[in-house]
Amino acid sequence: MLDSSPDRAHLRFRVKGTVLGTAADVMVRTSEAPRLSPLHRLRELWGARQILGNLVRKEVKVKYKSSVLGVTWSMLNPILYLAVFSLVFSVVLRNGLPHFPIYLLSGLLAWNLFATSLALCARSVVDNANLVTKVYFPREILPLASIGAAGVDFLTQGLVLLAFMVFLRYGVLGWNLLLLPLSMLVLLLLTAALGMFVAALNVRYRDTQHLLAVALLTWFWVTPVVYPSGLVWQTLGRHAVFKLLYLANPMAAVVLGFQRALYGVPNPVAHTASGPQVVHALAPVSLGWLALLLGAVALGCIILLGLAWRTYFRMSGDFAEEL
Amino acid sequence: MATQAISAQAVGKRFRRYLERPTSLKERVIRWRVHAEDFWALRDVSVDIPQGQTLGLVGPNGAGKTTLLKIIAGILRPTEGEVTTRGRIATLLALGAGFHSELTGRENVYLNASILGLSRQQIDRLFDDIVGFAELEEFIDTQVKFYSSGMYVRLGFAVAVHVDPAILLVDEVLAVGDLGFQRKCLDKVESFQEEGRTIVFVTHAPDLVLRVCDEAIMLEHGRVAARGEPEDVVRDFRLVMAKEDLAYGWDRGTREIEIVSAEVFGADGSTRDWFAPGDEMVIQMDLKANTAVDQPVVSFAIHDQQNQLVYGTNTDWRGHRWLRFEGKQRVQFVLRSLPFVRGRYYVTFGVHSRDSTRVYHLLEHGYSFAIVRGEENPGLVFIPVECRVERL
Repeated sequence: MLDSSPDRAHLRFRVKGTVLGTAADVMVRTSEAPRLSPLHRLRELWGARQILGNLVRKEVKVKYKSSVLGVTWSMLNPILYLAVFSLVFSVVLRNGLPHFPIYLLSGLLAWNLFATSLALCARSVVDNANLVTKVYFPREILPLASIGAAGVDFLTQGLVLLAFMVFLRYGVLGWNLLLLPLSMLVLLLLTAALGMFVAALNVRYRDTQHLLAVALLTWFWVTPVVYPSGLVWQTLGRHAVFKLLYLANPMAAVVLGFQRALYGVPNPVAHTASGPQVVHALAPVSLGWLALLLGAVALGCIILLGLAWRTYFRMSGDFAEEL
Repeated sequence: MATQAISAQAVGKRFRRYLERPTSLKERVIRWRVHAEDFWALRDVSVDIPQGQTLGLVGPNGAGKTTLLKIIAGILRPTEGEVTTRGRIATLLALGAGFHSELTGRENVYLNASILGLSRQQIDRLFDDIVGFAELEEFIDTQVKFYSSGMYVRLGFAVAVHVDPAILLVDEVLAVGDLGFQRKCLDKVESFQEEGRTIVFVTHAPDLVLRVCDEAIMLEHGRVAARGEPEDVVRDFRLVMAKEDLAYGWDRGTREIEIVSAEVFGADGSTRDWFAPGDEMVIQMDLKANTAVDQPVVSFAIHDQQNQLVYGTNTDWRGHRWLRFEGKQRVQFVLRSLPFVRGRYYVTFGVHSRDSTRVYHLLEHGYSFAIVRGEENPGLVFIPVECRVERL
């Protein structure tokens, strides 16, 4: 048999980097799990943005391909929620929140983006096994595309909220609107971090997606989406520790931010049969305090994202093997 | 030295075979210790592929061909060693890799081409060429789940060759599709070669290697078993495969009489593939007549590594003639004393008509054996020489 040793001899003396080819084209793969250098990787991801766009389009198309209603489905979700929760809270429990649809939809908007993204992220790598095992591309694209696909729902649901605002002639213009981009940023950071984490975990442990569903259900109820956080504040009274504990849930801060930005007034006046009455809708914190809280949560989320990204990046080299 | 498009150095890939791997968090919590078995799919593989070369990668199933291709493509991470590649890589690892069945052909072209690195504008420009190449103009807006496997491959190949790759990695896909399309693919491969692109083929088709490859590598059990001229490697490959399946040798004939099995024994009656000069060797063939044949001749020939005929004979010359061959028969040629010198030899088995115009079944290079021991620089033949020295 022929021996390949002559080839090997010159290999040993080959100096890396002396051969032609632009640096961007050269790929070196070793046994070491690659170290994540965020800026460099971000540039790579930017170069792959077309893949992201196409994958988001794919996700959305696949989701609605065989359904008659198409994207309208994503609008139906908040409307159904609205119908059910309006019935339960406004009619049965009589919480008396004025403009309940606006209150519910502004929190639900944030929550749905979060929950839908994570559910999609968890399955993103596994469901795209035929891509992962056959082609190389930056694997972060997969959870990011899931968030993008959930983002399309976010936009249509935003339209539903906007429609209600116009219909109810609800005015929100004010400084409080500035909380919206900040809350959005925190929401995206948190979603990306947890999304990458569950995506990677689900590759090895396939029940992650089921556990996630249970976790999200619990999480939903410790977040003030359908019940007013003002009520929580009233109940907790002077126990500042419990309030902080409640706000340790980053989604609580995000949802508060969305509600404060879009619903606006913490203590609206409800016109009941027994005359006007002040309702404790939102946690009675100042705009500045809320902004500070969101800023702190944003910092925490950046650290979390860094950790999740690094973990994902290291694990992604072996995805093709695990699938 | 030509620029290396792909350079693999001492690459190894270990897979862990988990006997009872927890596949859920629940199990993971219950059982902490996991028993795993290591399995090396590749070991110490060093390959340099210069720019513009077409390399054929052959080997029996499970030899690690696809694993090597996936490591080059960046899909799998090597367990040891290092791989460096230069230039955009297009991979064609399986039927329509990365196609999504719910999407239409058009949507899949855009998705797939963007994953392979094209921008939207570039795809817009190339779209008609891609569809034209795949001959799918009529079906391009149909969901690919309604495509036949041939259509799938055509579209996949069309995308892969249009993304302007510097390196094209192809795994066993050209065998699919009708002859016309295969012709077209080979034309494309040839034009790629002229343009100086690097191609790595994984294939089981020796003819393809001989036809398009500049060089070939055979992997066996995860190691490079042979490397060099396609003719040499293919010959070795056929031998390896012939051990498992006779169909892989140069196998032709009308099959009126079939060689059911062909084996080579030592004097002790056990199959072996090495001998010493002067040993006894038995070449045995089991034959089966599918129709009765008049006056067939069973023969064998032995070639050396340079493909020189060393010796050959047949039943006719050895004094056995059939008037009519029917049913199953066993033929043994006993070579009393092997006159061969050190080296590797290849045995061809055949059964044909007396005038050799009609070949019933021929297994060219169906077996190989090595002559070990003997002198270092031996000449052409082994002659049993007795040496006597007397004092005068």
